[in-house]
Amino acid sequence: MEHITTYWQALPPNLQLLLFNVGKVLAVMVPLMLSVAYLTYAERKIIGFMQVRMGPSRVGPKGLLQPIADGVKLMFKEVILPANANRFMFYLAPVLALGPALAAWAVIPFNEVAVIADLDAGLLYVLALTSMAVYGVIIAGWASNSKYAFLGAMRSAAQIVAYEIAMGFALVGVLMASGSLNLGKIVLAQQGGLLNWFWLPLFPLFMVYLISGVAETNRAPFDVAEGESEIVAGFHVEYSGIAFALFFLAEYANIIMIAALTAVMFTGGWLSPFTGVLPAGVFQWPVIGYLLGDGVHWFLLKTASFIFIFLWLRATFPRYRYDQIMRLGWKVFIPVTIIWLSVEGVAAYYRIGPWFD
Amino acid sequence: MSFELFVFYLFAAIMLFAAFRVITVRNPVHAALFLVLAFASSSALWLLLEAEFLAITLILVYVGAVLVLFLFVVMMLDINLTPLREGFIRYLPVAVLIAIVMVAQMVMVLGPQRFGLDQMPAPPRQPATYSNTEELGLLLYTEYLYPFEIAALILLVAIIAAIALTMRKRPETKYQNPGEQVTVKKQERLRIVKMDSE
Amino acid sequence: MKQRVAGFFKSFLLWELLKGLRLTGRYLFSRKITVRYPDEKTPQSPRFRGLHALRRYPNGEERCIACKLCEAVCPALAITIDSEERDDGTRRTTRYDIDLFKCIYCGFCEEACPVDSIVETRVFEYHFEKRGEQIMHKEDLLAIGDKYEEQIAADREADSQYR
Repeated sequence: MEHITTYWQALPPNLQLLLFNVGKVLAVMVPLMLSVAYLTYAERKIIGFMQVRMGPSRVGPKGLLQPIADGVKLMFKEVILPANANRFMFYLAPVLALGPALAAWAVIPFNEVAVIADLDAGLLYVLALTSMAVYGVIIAGWASNSKYAFLGAMRSAAQIVAYEIAMGFALVGVLMASGSLNLGKIVLAQQGGLLNWFWLPLFPLFMVYLISGVAETNRAPFDVAEGESEIVAGFHVEYSGIAFALFFLAEYANIIMIAALTAVMFTGGWLSPFTGVLPAGVFQWPVIGYLLGDGVHWFLLKTASFIFIFLWLRATFPRYRYDQIMRLGWKVFIPVTIIWLSVEGVAAYYRIGPWFD
Repeated sequence: MSFELFVFYLFAAIMLFAAFRVITVRNPVHAALFLVLAFASSSALWLLLEAEFLAITLILVYVGAVLVLFLFVVMMLDINLTPLREGFIRYLPVAVLIAIVMVAQMVMVLGPQRFGLDQMPAPPRQPATYSNTEELGLLLYTEYLYPFEIAALILLVAIIAAIALTMRKRPETKYQNPGEQVTVKKQERLRIVKMDSE
Repeated sequence: MKQRVAGFFKSFLLWELLKGLRLTGRYLFSRKITVRYPDEKTPQSPRFRGLHALRRYPNGEERCIACKLCEAVCPALAITIDSEERDDGTRRTTRYDIDLFKCIYCGFCEEACPVDSIVETRVFEYHFEKRGEQIMHKEDLLAIGDKYEEQIAADREADSQYR
């Protein structure tokens, strides 16, 4: 141990900083990539179960090695460039899809201290990056030189622009309630148990955010950008091998991110739901007290439940018709958010409840 | 050269290159994408100036929404480039003249006698707790409240005007109202007739 | 009017969608009905129509008398038969080919056969490795018949009262 510290101190400070930050990034990215891989497994299992099937069960015990087998398969497949496709854009698109999905993790707080970059304008940063994610889809659709891919890209562009506004308004509600753009401070503003979290005063915004999140990640029932039955696979119809895998990774990383953001902004991130409910003495007990108290496990648990809701929705609902999607976005969600923002403004002005004091 | 300066020159060079390509590249989709690059690098420059709110808003509004719509339109239109380029030589002298006038104006307004380092004092270093967003909000909603609200109103009018100009109901168009579709009841569409079995 | 207001709140509060979610949520915990095929198999009827076979009498004589009824009835024209008089004066096939790519496993040949010679067995797990292997010749069919005779005889016996 001492050896390591002496070596560490011998490094120049700039290099120390660099290594430290790379270490932080890796500490988030490696588990994230693993969870993305196993999210595909969980999705197939859960949807299978809901359809009274078993899901993958052959590769490894209970099919647990299935994502690895899929990854290896995709890695060894050929990436085919369609005729007359724009080569540079074609290869750039998957990277553009994955980049924002991963970059947004920089500001997600796991607990008070565990956050890669404690940005002041964290909420804005997240919004900006989720809006960047559409470029991967648009460029993929355009560069593929395929009508299906192009139609998928166009649908996705209109859809994401429409739902981003509702999403932004929902987040404005969060920022009005918490008085900060910093995600850590937003969580700390919700201290004090289950009923102090923002999902209660902001319930309509919470629902709007969750549903817009599903639409923003192009997931069923809002997956018109892929729409197997109409436009084959939509924007990534021409992609194969590892390029396709990148789109897949981006989609699932986005799901995890939206779920994590919902956990942070509406259900109190790493805060325990039992604070203020159970007597304070309980949290002093050795193991149980730790499990019941605030901690990163609560954040992971909440994120996992929201991911489960994503999968549940996919197993349950048929795809929306395109004009219905647009109607829902513009004519339902945006008015709902605006109305609730004014309600919230009144509540905040009179400092109602434990939320706005 | 300090690291900050290096980053500044790097992003400035990328931005100039991208802006130049926006007007020279043939394919309009590429032009729009170069515009995205230009916006991204200018947002990086704003970050260097510690104006993180403006930087992120630039990405959010222009890159995330405006240019997506731009691309949407540009990709949908099948623009034939040859007729657009036909009058290039004919209009060149006028264009050069206008360009020269614009450059002259910019030099006069932005030149060193007004924006030079001796004219403008360097902004004071702010402490780490300084919140750009909060300061901006305070200014916008106190000192500049009226201009801000008037600008918002003008934009709203512009939006409504644009919609009003393009929205016209053509008699032959057919569409479904999903709101009415979902409220349909079984009793309204289906009549069950009891019949004796034969 | 009242109904419209009720309908509005019903759709606004996602009532129908929640009902749908409840249904799938319930099925998440129900018993799974997947049959894990190579390990588990669904039960087969004695009338199962799989791979074809030609049967023999207990004394070893082949049953087929080359009446060509199966060839005539076959809707997919999968059966080809040539026949000749054998040395002992009986009529026998010299060629009995079934093209398994053409065959639709309808079982008409089995129904048409007056001597229960051509039958369809329960075998359904077979494959071909080369083109041409899908044409089963007389020897192949007889070999299959010899191999599964016990099963075939038991199945005919079980089904005999319905024929």
